[in-house]
Amino acid sequence: MTLQATTSQTVGPYLHIGLTWLIIENLARAGVPGERVSIQGCIVDGEGKPVDDAAVEIWQADAKGKYGQKGFRGFGRSATDAKGRFRFKTIKPGRVPGPDAKLQAPHIAVNIFMRGQLKQLVSRIYFPDDPANGGDPVLALVPAKRRHTLIARKTKSGSLDWNIVLQGKDETVFFDC
Amino acid sequence: MRNKVTGYRRPAPGTQPDYLFAPYASTVKRAPTQPLVMLPHTLTEATGPVFGHDEVKPGDADLTRQHKAEPIGERIIVSGRVLDEDGRPVAGTLVEIWQANSAGRYPHRVDQHDAPMDPNFTGCGRALTDKKGRYRFVTIKPGEYPWRNHYNAWRPAHIHFSLFGPAFVTRLVTQMYFPGDPLLERDPMFNCVPDERARNRLISEFDWDTTIPETALGYRFDIVLRGPAHTPMER
Repeated sequence: MTLQATTSQTVGPYLHIGLTWLIIENLARAGVPGERVSIQGCIVDGEGKPVDDAAVEIWQADAKGKYGQKGFRGFGRSATDAKGRFRFKTIKPGRVPGPDAKLQAPHIAVNIFMRGQLKQLVSRIYFPDDPANGGDPVLALVPAKRRHTLIARKTKSGSLDWNIVLQGKDETVFFDC
Repeated sequence: MRNKVTGYRRPAPGTQPDYLFAPYASTVKRAPTQPLVMLPHTLTEATGPVFGHDEVKPGDADLTRQHKAEPIGERIIVSGRVLDEDGRPVAGTLVEIWQANSAGRYPHRVDQHDAPMDPNFTGCGRALTDKKGRYRFVTIKPGEYPWRNHYNAWRPAHIHFSLFGPAFVTRLVTQMYFPGDPLLERDPMFNCVPDERARNRLISEFDWDTTIPETALGYRFDIVLRGPAHTPMER
């Protein structure tokens, strides 16, 4: 039997009613091994206005590059606030295999849901100054001048900034996946 | 190191929406303008979170028993199966729903529609599918409501669904509609894809078998998540 996947529809403006029961902004309990990282960012639309009605979900491996491990599930969900901001506290993932048996650079997969999007946007967060970024098979698919939009920036406090720009200058790279 | 990761099928043409769809006005300032980058399915995309019974309790699937009294409205049973594109049941997956009350109002600060709130209805539920991929919710039929997309715009009655499936790429958010709703033909969201059969699969079926005598009418809504590509991708 061959079926076709159900058509995607927008989460609409009232997504919080259904999705905020499972907000997970702190992914790593005390004791989970790995380098602690705080990632925050802002979503802005084509007019530069903050998107205050979005949900951002992340999916990542543990510090050893394993997905879905006991003690570290690797799933997070944040809802943007009035300033369009989302935030996660997690650990830096290890490297996982990519195409052609090459290891990928550490990265976090991102699904973004909001009113005005009939299906989720897909992106990735990479880590600044990671020596593996240069050889990452997925970053290599991205036009060089746009790659920086996938790499978080280190702030003075040591946390990471990763903004989602929906349109215009520095528009974030989104994937067809 | 050799790893074989089974990727997931790409959608059939015309069955999934584009990001920019001008009749739905909010897409205009929110859709990407640069080309999407085609992403091969690696272990990252082919795996996904698993949720358990510690998070979802049986009572979470009954939206009529979350407050002191029952909500106002027509009680309904919404049930169905979650399958993949090969027709195999997707077991143990999380299904989240949310919806307006029977008057077409959401308990949300953004909703300014002049219709009564119902203190006995939040409109949020969740369930895990069983071994056969089945889920079942008890709720009330949501009301239609106006929105400001265009002049005299009304949303057909609908229930929002959010599903995970086995992988990052099987994540799906959709909406379930009701049969015979005259607003469907004018709704930009429902009409966001050209494939008429795909659109019509968003409409639930009246289901005599799940109707409970003297209690509630049944509606059936089966959901299909992306299935594995048949040839494992060599890695």
